[in-house]
Amino acid sequence: MNTNYPIAIDHDGKSIWKFLISEMKPKGKFLTPFNIISIPIMLLGLGLIVYRFIYGIGSITNLTQDTPWGLWIGFDVVTGVAFAGGAYVLTFMVYILNMQKYHSIVRVTVLNGFLAYVFYAGALLLDLGRPWHVINPIIGNGFGVSSVLFLVAWHFLLYMIAQLIEFSPAIAEWLGARRAHKILSGMTIAAVIFGITLSTLHQSGLGALYLMAKDKIHPLWYSEFIPIMFFVSSIFAGLSMVIFEGSISHRVFFSQISEKNHKSQNSIIHGLAKICAGTMFAYFFLKMLVFIHEQHWDLLNTPMGYWFMLEMLGFVLLPMILFFYSYRTNSIPMVKVAAILTMLGVILNRLNVTVIGFRWDMAIRYIPSWMEFVVTMAVIFTEIWIFRWVINRMPVLRDSPSWATEKE
Amino acid sequence: MGLDRRVFFKLLGATGITLAIGKESLAKQANKNEVEFYGVLYDSSRCVGCRTCEYECAKAHGLPEPLSEVAAVRKTDETCNTVVNTYQTSKGEVYIKRQCMHCNQPACAAACLTQAMNKNETGPVTWNGDKCMGCRYCMVSCPFDMPKFEFHSANPKIQKCDMCFDRQKAGEKPTCVTNCPNEALMYGTRRDLIKEARRRIYEKPDLYVDQIYGERDAGGTGWLYIASVPFEELGINTNLQQSSYPALTKGFLYSVPSVFVLFPTILLGIHQATKNNQHKKEEEDEY
Repeated sequence: MNTNYPIAIDHDGKSIWKFLISEMKPKGKFLTPFNIISIPIMLLGLGLIVYRFIYGIGSITNLTQDTPWGLWIGFDVVTGVAFAGGAYVLTFMVYILNMQKYHSIVRVTVLNGFLAYVFYAGALLLDLGRPWHVINPIIGNGFGVSSVLFLVAWHFLLYMIAQLIEFSPAIAEWLGARRAHKILSGMTIAAVIFGITLSTLHQSGLGALYLMAKDKIHPLWYSEFIPIMFFVSSIFAGLSMVIFEGSISHRVFFSQISEKNHKSQNSIIHGLAKICAGTMFAYFFLKMLVFIHEQHWDLLNTPMGYWFMLEMLGFVLLPMILFFYSYRTNSIPMVKVAAILTMLGVILNRLNVTVIGFRWDMAIRYIPSWMEFVVTMAVIFTEIWIFRWVINRMPVLRDSPSWATEKE
Repeated sequence: MGLDRRVFFKLLGATGITLAIGKESLAKQANKNEVEFYGVLYDSSRCVGCRTCEYECAKAHGLPEPLSEVAAVRKTDETCNTVVNTYQTSKGEVYIKRQCMHCNQPACAAACLTQAMNKNETGPVTWNGDKCMGCRYCMVSCPFDMPKFEFHSANPKIQKCDMCFDRQKAGEKPTCVTNCPNEALMYGTRRDLIKEARRRIYEKPDLYVDQIYGERDAGGTGWLYIASVPFEELGINTNLQQSSYPALTKGFLYSVPSVFVLFPTILLGIHQATKNNQHKKEEEDEY
């Protein structure tokens, strides 16, 4: 075995720094429709963020003393993290259950998950009144071990590290760092096991955050089982995101994907649809059990009751049936429709717990300001920019260089 | 390599257990001092609605002076820690003072991930700006909605009644208690206050409703209320659970160490099992 690997191979005779600088430059056409839409929103969002740090959170949000958490927590963090759940589900399938069929989409999913956590945890900083103290629970200026948020904060941090390790072989391949690649690849399985454990706990932890808000959340959405509901729904939320994102990536980054992976795409999508259908059935069943157990029949015939039934029937039961049916009929478009419906359902569910059903009985309801929406959009667009930058440079969708796959 | 990992996870589990036990022993030490929670008994039937407590509270905490003409029913906010509300009830006009209840097991302190919200061993629940990151989870959790946040400040603070913790340390009563002209407020250990409240209700059963609000509500609070009309008529939520609010997250938090020990073990086991299977079929390495 040759141990004399160079730290990084020569990039066309350029030094590593010159290579990195050249990689910073944008690739491809600049004035695409996506760029034309996203750039103004990102700039406006940046301006609003500056304004917020000068004049306080209340200057650009509609948050009140009664609804201290709004769109930024309810959508950016709670919903965003649910959609990032695909990473732990897929790593479980590929590395723990050894389902090699799904190997080709692991990297892109982990990258997506990692970026989601980085940006949604970043969005959390915008929502903190005193963000310079964000390090306190980490350095021990108060270990609030009785707090669910303490657990969630630590898990976000640790899981980001775990995901970075899972993704790091791709970075090593990009830089041509053979030795680092070998070491980092060896760490994958440990990172995966750690990551799945962390995900289980903080996906449910995000639900557990709301356990103490017992009197504030509409009884159709509040139950002591919120943590379990959040965990189960994060499985199909994440996989629907994988299906949705995969179908877009396959169009946008068509040239990067090998013939073999193109062919396996449909079989992968059907596999994921099957898992979605199964977990959604379990979720629907659990929801029904809780509903019957809590005996809220009388609440069904109220506006919030109709809203609840819309969520459960239109955005859980219907996509579940579509997933089942698409698998029977081998229909890819139907899977995509089901995935989009599922994602809408997850957004609806998370917002119903965190925003819509939170203080549903107040005379003056919290409605997010347009500026909160702009900042949210800006965060999402920035994430997509970084995602595109990485895809265009690192072997995420395209195959790894031959030196990385050859056996030792 | 496999053995190392197992040792690692065992260590991880052991660390978790040590942390849990270590915390418990600390709590036991605190009990040895036998300090009792102090609180305040508010007797609504004695309150004349003069709002002196509001003025004195604002003065003592450096907050803007309250307006002289105010709405009958208000909420506390980031500029005032206490309000006296007026309700038209079955027994005419009745006043009710509102402020932080200083729960025995406060939801806000359990929610705080930096221990910025803290239940002091003498009773007051206080806020520490050197620790707080402004996440407002205390506000989400508090069943009385008492922590208030300065939404329009670049360096926002959480405002709420601190039961005049500094005065307490100097051996004085809270400023609202000292300045109440009609002795509607009484300061003392929680145990004594409950006895006193019972005595008043027993001696004048026609005047008082037979209920001490805060004796068991939300697991018991430092501030205790007695009144001449049912508390529902005074805008007080009497449907709060009788057990403490932090108990709601206990089940979830207790499951964390088990998941941390069991999950990695099981996952590693499945991984090993499927890997061997793979080796039989085709020689494929793990990455």
